[in-house]
Amino acid sequence: MKLHFRFLHIIFLSGFTILTACKNEVEPEFNPSARGRLLLEFDNVVGTRDLELNRGVYRNAAGEEFSVSQLQYYVSNIRLRKTDGSEYVVPQDSSYFLVQEHKPETHIIRLSVPQGDYAGVSFILGVDSLRSTMDISRRQGVLNPTDMSREEGMYWTWNSGYIFLRMEGTSPQIAPDPSGNRRFRYHIGGFGGGFGTPPVRTINNIKTITLSFGRDIAKVRNNSTPQMHIIGDVLKVFNGSTTISLAQNPTVMFSPFSVNVANNYANMFEYHHMHTIVGR
Amino acid sequence: MKRTAFFALACVLLAAAVVVSCGQRDVNPMIEVSTPPHFPPMIYDLNKNPVTQAGFELGRALFYEGQLSRDGTVSCGFCHQQSAGFTHHGHDLSHGVDDRLGKRNALPIQNLAFYRDFMWDGGIHDLDLQPLAPIENPVEMDESMPNILEKLRKHPHYPRMFERAFGTPEITGERLLKALSQFMVTMISANSRYDQYLRGETQLTADELRGLQLFKQKGCDHCHSGGLFTDQTYRNNGLSLAFNQDVGRYEITLNEQDKYKFRVPSLRNVEVTRPYMHDGRFRNLEMVLDHYSEGMEDIPTLDPLFKRTDGKRGIPMTAEEKRLIIAFLKTLTDETFLHDKRFSEPE
Ligand code: HEC
Ligand code: HEC
Repeated sequence: MKLHFRFLHIIFLSGFTILTACKNEVEPEFNPSARGRLLLEFDNVVGTRDLELNRGVYRNAAGEEFSVSQLQYYVSNIRLRKTDGSEYVVPQDSSYFLVQEHKPETHIIRLSVPQGDYAGVSFILGVDSLRSTMDISRRQGVLNPTDMSREEGMYWTWNSGYIFLRMEGTSPQIAPDPSGNRRFRYHIGGFGGGFGTPPVRTINNIKTITLSFGRDIAKVRNNSTPQMHIIGDVLKVFNGSTTISLAQNPTVMFSPFSVNVANNYANMFEYHHMHTIVGR
Repeated sequence: MKRTAFFALACVLLAAAVVVSCGQRDVNPMIEVSTPPHFPPMIYDLNKNPVTQAGFELGRALFYEGQLSRDGTVSCGFCHQQSAGFTHHGHDLSHGVDDRLGKRNALPIQNLAFYRDFMWDGGIHDLDLQPLAPIENPVEMDESMPNILEKLRKHPHYPRMFERAFGTPEITGERLLKALSQFMVTMISANSRYDQYLRGETQLTADELRGLQLFKQKGCDHCHSGGLFTDQTYRNNGLSLAFNQDVGRYEITLNEQDKYKFRVPSLRNVEVTRPYMHDGRFRNLEMVLDHYSEGMEDIPTLDPLFKRTDGKRGIPMTAEEKRLIIAFLKTLTDETFLHDKRFSEPE
């Protein structure tokens, strides 16, 4: 999604909303026991610019230039907050999604939810600890550790845990590795598994993200499907409570330092705007 | 009289033949996996993966299948050899495809149904998920599961074997892993001369009995305890860090106090699993015992059991005591297990 399109979109949509508003003065009735659709769209950006894999060159708060070659993360355990304060919890077995920047079809998460008025969403960036220890038969779809290529893998085989967010790229400020590449690799995970008795917990990088739709109300109806546009800002992975230098930390995986990265990315998401698609 | 007997015999044989042929076609009998009397309770949940004859046979074929590696040369059995108690015979660090060296000494495949965690550092908590580690490790099999599944789907025999084991010929990662587990949980070693002695079936020699006594007196059984000869805890036994800074358990827990700790290894079949320790630094049991008596380094995480009141470290032992302890350790060799045809490479 390009930024300059967003303006047109908004103009177009507001026109559209006015038109539809004129047509139906009265809110259409809905049946709370009937279902409808709600879409969450994840649009990854770098500050004010669109994220362009491999091509875009950006600068972080440490003053380093960087490009991103890969970005993927899990979105799971989705809950939707209604305007009346109640919550709809997406059934756990169908609440795991993998957003992959290089696969546009993964940017939109399609949920089937009860019809109603929704005011916000929360989700886990990553995979909850319970699922991380379940039998292999309960890890289907994007969680299936036997269905991942090495390049896109989101599972640490030696440490039995999921990678929550995986971002790779290059920066001219990073010292070259033996093959001459100036690469950074951020594979962040850690579900806080317990070891020993009494259990000593390992690092827990599970982050729950809660977003309000602000003044927007996502009205899920028979013939109305709201699409909530969420921005994920890659810059915030480096710029946050810790300013992270790529030159100093070209590789961050399962280590105490990863906690700083996770604390930063916990703030990378922002609700931006809504489109309403007529129909389902 | 003779003729009726002959007729009856023929009938019985015919019936048996029918039963056998039916058995081959439709019936997939269960294999019972039971806990030997002096073992801790089983941890692997057989209900989620009941062991059947066909599942076991599939697991066995997969265990010895080179196609699980990138270049077709390295099977699980390549590093886990039966004659060496299912370890990598004579290798301190196992090597995989292109002879690339790993960083640790292969562990034996035995009695795994009774373990909570796997590997020297205990990083894997479910036996079903263990095979993914060697398969994807660039210095071991260097392959990916999606590739392996594609290779097996095109194979002349595997679709039929998966069908026998799981009802349909579909080849999935879950099925592959569960078949490997069915094979591995069946591999129980509990028939060493020591086991036979516990069951009152045989006698140990006077030396071996003295060795057993010393094994307890010297406190070896604090850590190498119970029927498995391990309490499955993670400890540091004072191996010098001069050549190898593998931090072990710390990689999993990121807890400073776990630096340089490794899972206490079982001592079953220890006679044939040399070399010893997580990096295979000791060629023989004599060197191991010399380490316990004289070779221990003062590492901050050294187990308190090795700290002596006189400020020295280790377990004092005379040469004779070491000889006797080794004589006892050799009673843990299970010839039945090491030669069990069910676990060897299929013809
Ligand atoms: C290149 C040699 C190599 C290959 C091939 C290999 N392993 Fe291993 N295996 C090892 C080493 C080395 C360890 C110990 C690793 C560690 O602790 O870090 C090990 C450990 C294990 C363990 C853990 C045992 C315990 O007591 O915790 C199991 C189970 C196992 N391997 C099964 C397999 C299976 C199944 C395969 C085939 C899919 C396989 N291995 C292929 C070398 C190998
Ligand atoms: C405080 C716990 C502890 C005590 C006591 C102890 N060990 Fe160990 N032992 C270990 C640990 C831990 C290892 C593995 C260390 C490593 O590889 O880093 C080990 C390894 C071994 C090995 C190598 C096994 C293999 O497969 O590599 C042998 C043999 C052994 N111990 C025998 C003994 C004997 C005999 C005694 C008594 C004299 C003894 N141990 C006392 C904890 C202990």
